[in-house]
Amino acid sequence: MGTERNVLLKYLLFSAAVLVAPIFFSGGYLLNVLVFVGINTMLALALNLLLGYAGQISLGQAAFFGLGSYISGVATANYGMNPWTALVLAAVVVGVIAFTIGFPILKLKGHYLAMSTLGFGIIIYILFNETIDLTGGPSGLSGIPYFSVGEFQFDSDLKNYFLIWGFALLMILFSVNLVNSRIGRALRAIHDSEVAARVMGVNARLLKVQIFALSAVFSSIAGSLYAHTMTFISPASFGFNFSVELLTMVVIGGLGTVYGSFLGAALLTLLPEFLRTLQDYDIVFYGLLLVLMTMFMPGGLVRIPSLVLPFLAKFKVRRQGNA
Amino acid sequence: MLKIKNINTYYGQVHALKNVSLHVNAGEIVSLIGANGAGKTTILNSLSAVTPPRDGEVIFEGTSISNLSTDRIVEMGISQVPEGRQVFKDFSVEDNLELGAYLRFRGREGRAAIKSDIEDMFALFPQLSSRRKQMAGTLSGGEQQMLAIGRALMAKPKLLLLDEPSMGLAPLVVQEIFRVITALRAERGTSVLLVEQNAKAALKIADRGYVLETGKVILEENASDLLENKEVQRAYLGREKKEIWER
Repeated sequence: MGTERNVLLKYLLFSAAVLVAPIFFSGGYLLNVLVFVGINTMLALALNLLLGYAGQISLGQAAFFGLGSYISGVATANYGMNPWTALVLAAVVVGVIAFTIGFPILKLKGHYLAMSTLGFGIIIYILFNETIDLTGGPSGLSGIPYFSVGEFQFDSDLKNYFLIWGFALLMILFSVNLVNSRIGRALRAIHDSEVAARVMGVNARLLKVQIFALSAVFSSIAGSLYAHTMTFISPASFGFNFSVELLTMVVIGGLGTVYGSFLGAALLTLLPEFLRTLQDYDIVFYGLLLVLMTMFMPGGLVRIPSLVLPFLAKFKVRRQGNA
Repeated sequence: MLKIKNINTYYGQVHALKNVSLHVNAGEIVSLIGANGAGKTTILNSLSAVTPPRDGEVIFEGTSISNLSTDRIVEMGISQVPEGRQVFKDFSVEDNLELGAYLRFRGREGRAAIKSDIEDMFALFPQLSSRRKQMAGTLSGGEQQMLAIGRALMAKPKLLLLDEPSMGLAPLVVQEIFRVITALRAERGTSVLLVEQNAKAALKIADRGYVLETGKVILEENASDLLENKEVQRAYLGREKKEIWER
């Protein structure tokens, strides 16, 4: 955890790194990939709050992402709504949906919770495919407008980079504050032992639903941002596979860590780009990496410093001993 | 101060508590004894609404709490030390205690009062004070039990529900924990409802006792009388019929 000052310092350093990153990748195709890293960071963070902190699994995160995208997309492309209004509308609608289904769903635990969220994800996916009049079905929805402020349009990768990372940094700030608060402790307590948390006076049932809804709202906002930067969406992006990919990001990055969400999202978004030279064999490398990670680094990428630092310290001491 | 009237609690189809009635007077230590599966833990969980009873009534200090949720019941002044301790393993000892005061952060006492109560807990359990920054999962069984009790006390309960504090602990540690329970009553006037397998130790510190069998209260007496009761001695205190009758 660290002191409050360390927490702030870490956040400022991270924000600074995000701000200067485009200098090194300006105009390139990699900048476009970094936009996706931003979106995936928000999604992984949303899932991590739910899974890593509160200990509640969801295999339906892609559905909330998709709902955000489609509500934004349909409202703007078909009904001419302003993209910003659509983003807020989507977030509110998705929040209400999550809150409503959260009460019955989150009574379930473990495998049963996984199954029910999985079911929800599949229902929503089918909905995107079948409501052709509204969503365009499997062939997708095009003509979604960019975000704009007055005459200024977010129509380039660079502009969208700052837009999306602006939102991502706000979500990270919010999450860092949340997990270091009394509520954050209560969430981790539910994770450790729900009965014990309840008899301490934690309203576990309500808190689980609230964090589930927050996670859905974050995902929905990421979805709206995605729709308005891509200007084209299709159901394939919001299927079960993507929910699993998000889960992988969170586990690889580090469960129960805010910045781990970013690391996992970054690795899993960038890696396929670099593995392209391996062509079809990339999946082998990818699988191998997952196995090795879970075997040797179960705490996730975020634990690398705590693994490496003691080793370096030992090395230093030995050198001094020799001199 | 606490009165339970004819509660029935079910786990799905299983009828776990059958018309159970009991009471705890202010400042009293009451022990619930009985074999495995008799419903001792279920009584505590019914009281704290972890598994709410289907019917019957629970009255605490004159108000009915039957329909309240667990967090409201904690707010009323009933704290539970759950079975198997269930300390928060990934939290430090101090953070565990602070979580015990979860609801008090809403009030206007301020952090200073809570901090000073944490120090009180370390005075009560000196063994814990040298481990305040240590993760609770790394404590010994006895220390975890002390922490679980301390954590429950942080909510400033009027009534403490203790679920098998002696479970899996060495006799000396059990003695120490029971000593603290009696001290608590003497110093703070905390009433205690104690569920125990270790019937002898539990009845020794208690004022009254109830004997449970298959979800029913079959006996209620002063603790000293229960200790003398032949049937109780045979069934729960480990004395053979032979020893009792052939004396």
